Amino acid sequence: MYLKSLQVKQFKSYAEAQFDFISNINCIVGENGIGKTNLLDAIHFLSMTKSARGVGDPLCIQHGEDYFMIQGNFVYQKQDASKLPASETQITCAYQRGQKKSFLRDQKAYPRLADHIGNFPVVLMDPYDTDLIREGSEERRRFFDGMMAQMDRAFLDNLLRYNRIVQQRNTLLKHFAERGTVDRILLDSYHEPMVQLGETIASARVEFLKKYLPNFQTHYAKLSDDREQVNINIESTFPLGELDATLRNAEAQDLAAQRSTLGIHRDDFSFEINGFPLKKFGSQGQQKSFVVALKLAQFDTLAQARPRKPLLLLDDIFDKLDDRRIQRLVQMMAEDHFGQVFITDARPERTKSLLKNLKGEIKYLAL
Amino acid sequence: MAMNNYPSRIIEQAVEEISKLPGIGKKSALRLALHLLKRPESQSLQLAHALVQLRTETQFCPQCHMISDGGLCGICNSHKREESLICVVEDMRDVLAIENTGQFIGLYHVLGGIISPLAGISPSDLQIESLIQRVSSGKITEVILGLSPTMEGDTTAFYLTKKLKEFPIKISTIARGIPIGGDLEYTDEITLGRSIVGRVVYE
Repeated sequence: MYLKSLQVKQFKSYAEAQFDFISNINCIVGENGIGKTNLLDAIHFLSMTKSARGVGDPLCIQHGEDYFMIQGNFVYQKQDASKLPASETQITCAYQRGQKKSFLRDQKAYPRLADHIGNFPVVLMDPYDTDLIREGSEERRRFFDGMMAQMDRAFLDNLLRYNRIVQQRNTLLKHFAERGTVDRILLDSYHEPMVQLGETIASARVEFLKKYLPNFQTHYAKLSDDREQVNINIESTFPLGELDATLRNAEAQDLAAQRSTLGIHRDDFSFEINGFPLKKFGSQGQQKSFVVALKLAQFDTLAQARPRKPLLLLDDIFDKLDDRRIQRLVQMMAEDHFGQVFITDARPERTKSLLKNLKGEIKYLAL
Repeated sequence: MAMNNYPSRIIEQAVEEISKLPGIGKKSALRLALHLLKRPESQSLQLAHALVQLRTETQFCPQCHMISDGGLCGICNSHKREESLICVVEDMRDVLAIENTGQFIGLYHVLGGIISPLAGISPSDLQIESLIQRVSSGKITEVILGLSPTMEGDTTAFYLTKKLKEFPIKISTIARGIPIGGDLEYTDEITLGRSIVGRVVYE
C-alpha cells in the first residue's frame, strides 16, 4: 500500500497544494518553516484522524480561514494476485470550525471516525520521540494504546468507553464532594463497567506486549554496540484479575481525591536497561537507540498484524540521530524492510549523500 | 467569518434567540427571521402563539410522564394495554419509535433523560422515584429497560436495576444485535462481536 497523491487545502501553513509521491522513498526538502512537518502531519491526519502532536482540529485550520480539507489517494496492490490491477482508494478528511470532522472513503462517509483508524497505518519518527522516555506515563500509554487501536477495533472501542466512564465518574466524585453526600448505588453503576472494560484492556495490553517485545529487542540489539538487556514492563495499579477489589478498596481514596485514582488509565509502561530504569541509568546513546527501536518495533508489529506495511514518516531525524543509528535505518531501507517512506530534511545534500547507495527509486520534492 | 453586525437590534435579537435552537446556526437563523418578515404578519403571530401554548399549556401524564393534553395520556388511559408491563425509555421520541413497531402492548415510563454527571444530569433530575413508586404498587410484573446502548444508557440501566432489585419483578433489557434484513458482513465489528457473545439458543 502506498500514498500516490495528496491534496491539502487550508491545512496549517498550506493554502492549497497538491503532491505526487512514489511507492518507494520520498524526500521532502526545503528550508525550516516551509511546511515539511505540516506535510507529514497531513499524512498522519489522514491515517489517524488527528494531528500527530496533539494539536486540536481548530488549530489545524490555516490562520484566518474556517475549514480545512485533506485528500489522499492510496494504491493497494494485492501481493498474491499481482496480475490484478492495483486498487485505488480515496480518503477525504474535512473539518469546518464548529462542526463535526468528517472522513470519507471513496466519497462515502464513515459512520464513526473510529472505523477508519488502522485501515491506512502510519509510523512517525520525529525529534519529539524522546518524550516517550522523558515525559509522564500519559505519553507511553498514548503510544501503546494508539498502536493497539490501529490493530484492534474492539480495543479502541473499549478504551473510548472506559475513558468516558472515568470522565463521568470523576465528575460524579466532584459532585459528591460539593454536595457532601454520596449516592452509593450511582457510584456502583460506574464500578461494574469500569472493572469489566478495565480488565479487558489490561489483558489486551499484556497480550500485545508479548508480540511487541521480541520485535523491540531485536531492533535494539541491531542498533546498539553493547550487549545490554532492554525490557518493557507494565507497571499496573492493580494485579490482573483484581481490579474489582482494587477499585473497591480505593473508593474512600477516590472520594477524598475527587477523581479515579486507580485503574488502567493510571497504568504505566516502564522502560528498563539491564534491569534499571532507562531514564536514570541509560546513556544518551542508549536512550536514542531505545526510542528508535520502539518505533521500528511499532512498524514491524503493525506490518505483522495486516497484510500491508505502514507508511513510514521520518520527520527531521537526521539532525538528532548519530551516524550509527542513521546507517542502520538506511541499511533497513536498502534491505527493503519498509514500504513507502517519507523523509524530511532541511539539508538536501546530507540526505542525498546518505541515500546515495540505495538501489531503489528516490523522489526529491523541493518545497 | 463571524457575523456580528446586524442592520437592526430587533433582527439581532431574533437571530440570537432562534439560533439557540438545536441544529440552527446564525446564518440559518437570519434566513428564518428574514423569511418571517416577508410572510404575512399573521403567520408570525400564529407561530408565536403556538410557541407560547407549547410552553405554558403542555402537560405531562402524571403516570408515565409522556406529553399529554391533560390527565393520563392516551396510552395509560387505554383499556387494551397490559398494565403489568412497563417499558422504561429516555424520552418521548423513544415511545413513538416503539409504538410504531406495533410489538409492545404494555405501558411506558419516560425518564426525561439519562444519567450523565458530565451533562449535569443526576438521578434526582429524572423520573426515577416515580418509577419506583409505580413498581411498589405491586401491579407490575416486568420492567423492560429500553435505553440506548451507549455508556450512559448502560449506566442508567445498571442504576435502575439496583434500585428495583428489592421488588419481586422481572427486569429485562431490549436485545442488541444484527439489524433484520442487514448483511452479516456489513455489520460493524462491535455489534457483530456482541451478537456472537450474546448468541441465542436455536429452538
